[in-house]
Amino acid sequence: MEVVRSQRISTPKNDVVSILPLYRSAPPLEVRLEDFELFAMDRLRVLKGISDGLSRGKKPEDMDKLVGDLWKANMRHTDATEVVNKDIISHFVLRLVYCRTEELRKWFLSMETALFRYRFRLENSESQRTIMAEYNLPYKAVPTAEIESVKDKLSQVARSINWTLHIADVIFYKVPFEEVPELVANRRVYIHKGLAYVAMNQVVSLIVTQFRSHLSKALVLTNRKWTSTIREQEKDRLAPVVEALCTSYLGPDYSQPNEFGEISLKDIDQVAKSSFPLCMRHLFDKVREDHHLKHGGRMQLGLFLKGIGLKLDDAMAFWKAEFSPKVSAERFDKEYAYSIRHNYGREGKRTDYTPYSCQKIISSTPGVGDHHGCPYRHFSAENLQAALGRMGVDSRAVEDVMDKVRNRHYQLACTLTFEAVHGSSCDAGINHPNQYFSDSQKILKSK
Amino acid sequence: MAREEAENGRDDMLIDGREPENQGNAVPDGFNANYLKLYYGKLFPHADIFKWMSYGNDGKHPACDKSYVGRREFSFTLNDEIYLRFQCFNSASELESSIKEKCPFKIDIGPVYSVEPSKRCAYAQSGDNVFIPVERELVFDIDITDYDDVRYCCSGADICLDCWPLMTVAIKVIDTALRDDFGFDHILWVYSGRRGVHCWVCDGKARRLTNEQRAAIADYFRVYKGNENSQKKVSLPGPALHPFLARSYTDVLRNFFEAKLLSSQNIFSTEERYEKILEMIPDESITSELRGKWQENRRISKDDINIVRWDQLKKILQSGRQKVQGLSRCVEEIVFSFTYPRLDMEVSKHMNHLLKAPFCVHPKTGRVCVPIDPDECDEFDPTTVPTLSQLLEELNRGGFKVDADNEWDRTSLGKSVTFFRSSFLQPLLKSCKEEIESSYNAKRQQSKNPLSWDGNGRSGVDFFILVHT
Repeated sequence: MEVVRSQRISTPKNDVVSILPLYRSAPPLEVRLEDFELFAMDRLRVLKGISDGLSRGKKPEDMDKLVGDLWKANMRHTDATEVVNKDIISHFVLRLVYCRTEELRKWFLSMETALFRYRFRLENSESQRTIMAEYNLPYKAVPTAEIESVKDKLSQVARSINWTLHIADVIFYKVPFEEVPELVANRRVYIHKGLAYVAMNQVVSLIVTQFRSHLSKALVLTNRKWTSTIREQEKDRLAPVVEALCTSYLGPDYSQPNEFGEISLKDIDQVAKSSFPLCMRHLFDKVREDHHLKHGGRMQLGLFLKGIGLKLDDAMAFWKAEFSPKVSAERFDKEYAYSIRHNYGREGKRTDYTPYSCQKIISSTPGVGDHHGCPYRHFSAENLQAALGRMGVDSRAVEDVMDKVRNRHYQLACTLTFEAVHGSSCDAGINHPNQYFSDSQKILKSK
Repeated sequence: MAREEAENGRDDMLIDGREPENQGNAVPDGFNANYLKLYYGKLFPHADIFKWMSYGNDGKHPACDKSYVGRREFSFTLNDEIYLRFQCFNSASELESSIKEKCPFKIDIGPVYSVEPSKRCAYAQSGDNVFIPVERELVFDIDITDYDDVRYCCSGADICLDCWPLMTVAIKVIDTALRDDFGFDHILWVYSGRRGVHCWVCDGKARRLTNEQRAAIADYFRVYKGNENSQKKVSLPGPALHPFLARSYTDVLRNFFEAKLLSSQNIFSTEERYEKILEMIPDESITSELRGKWQENRRISKDDINIVRWDQLKKILQSGRQKVQGLSRCVEEIVFSFTYPRLDMEVSKHMNHLLKAPFCVHPKTGRVCVPIDPDECDEFDPTTVPTLSQLLEELNRGGFKVDADNEWDRTSLGKSVTFFRSSFLQPLLKSCKEEIESSYNAKRQQSKNPLSWDGNGRSGVDFFILVHT
């Protein structure tokens, strides 16, 4: 191979015109091997920062700032003209890294989509219009006459989401509702006969959906190409770099029981009191009290127990015993045993399901009769304070925790709870219930 | 067993000139394999279900996809113990004979997959999902037990005519939104057999929705966000309601709450009950004033106490005297929390969710899962839905006929099957036919312009050249 300094190659015609690339196709740029890794790591810091911000429940305005800061801090280049190239190269390298399993693809897709969304919001409207045009969306602006006929409804929607705009001043696009699922889900648009009236400043949603769907397909194709040709070809050069990039930045997923060995049935009550985070303690107490849990709760608690090292047989015995006042042994075997085995990867397509992280739990939607989800998010203030009291958190600490909750920092609230209960600090912050458990056990065992 | 009784019954009829009661024809209430066998033998509309599932692909048009109906998953629950998934059928007679032979206690309908479910293992490869759902109706499941915290007349599996109207209201709200807001036309509402309703949206656009889009629709419909751990279960912030919520309120919910539910559920009649309402009002001065009035228990007028107290509450809340923010919508929030539909989100969000087929019989009640006409849902009475034993009795009265078609027509099931066909199936199939033909014509037009590809030529995996330093 020749030693060549990476040169700025003229951008091919189907590549970016604006500063915000669409990553449609990998451009034929040259890059040095060290930059291959360095650029990817810089971008990964940005994505990880976004992931943290989202799991802390940051509001959109805060995310705007966070993304702007993260981007400036990590994605600069001494040569101003190289900034776009670094952007593009780092994205495509990370595609290689994160295409290889369903979970990795899902994470990368979410973070890149979020990154794109916030960067798009930061662009001015001229630039936004240019980007929109590049997507070739066939949406025309709604003519004034038609706006008149639905003006009342449009104002009603605007007021319902606290917008103080004058409908007459805004351009609206009429778009099939399938294209703007987020806006529909949050009732932020008026829809009629399947068409959504999307305001210009909501257009982000349209673009983001397109971006996401394109990237999702591209990742699958990348995976195929990686598995079939690239991995073998690059096994001495790129493959080790790619594999290292991935594992160095993902936290443990607790799919293997922890190094402290297994938890057995007789230990469960004890460890529940001492080392379960509030979400799991609540579920545990509820199943003891009600002798039942609905599906969401069984999944959340069941997988957590698996992660702390409860073996399948013990898990079966646990659930069967807990449910026995309400469910006969025969009915249990018929209706519940299968899904427990399913969780442990012994049925169906034998996926070994991983215990839920805080992010997943926080974003769940417990309904009537449910007890899963994150109590810091879903409990009323009164109930939460009572629950913290039962955990032995003193009133001053409870105040601090409630303050975090009011600001929607649920994981920080849980971290403070951990610190109050154990009397020691938790610098890393809580990201996963199983992490809470293993950190707790570590502290208790060292005493 | 049934045959003998039929013969006896007929003899009695000839003598008396009127129908005997509880003699001979009588079929004791119940649900068992023998009854089911007769039901599947003579009454269950196999061919209609199959035609529905074919969505027009059983026609002769060249664009018809002959593999379509065979890629649909059915699942059978046998005898309450054995569960058979991934059943698939390529013809109506296959479906019919399998049902008659296996006599399932319950039949569920799943999605249409990319390949025939029976061949799924052959296609199983790690990483690449080749066996995936490709089409599935948009479905909703509303169960009255989800309203247990706001209905006082019954709980659990019971229903009565005082609480059933909650289901009627749910149908009206959701049906209107599906048609007016989302533009869907082919909607089938079905009684679940005991305590709820199911909704099947069958337009092509609906069947092709992704999980994300289904979740978006379910979230659009979602208002009630609570369980016993949270206090305020319905929160309607903002200076105005979204047009969908506003319309639901003015057209359906408010009137239902004030004219029916207040009284039928005695919402304010006891301290425990009115305290629940007061909990939803975040203003101490208002709640203590109301509590004061009500604790005295003085009857000012002869009117229903619930209506009186509701009027008092509204008067204070709407008097503009609010000290606390967020009171402006309190009245609506209370009405919504009692009456607004509570959907099972998980059922609607996933394409691979299995849902019970219409015209099944519910094992615990014996009632048939009959369609409900949304335009007449006020008249629907779950306590008079035909039961299995009742239908068999009706068959007996008519006498035993060999190989008769449309036996359902001689029974109370007749009007349900007729409704299913005329209001749902026929318009649906007509539209499917049109869709198949027009997409075929569109494709032919496109192929005449070979240059009109969408420009996403490159897969994006071409790689750049790397250079060592």
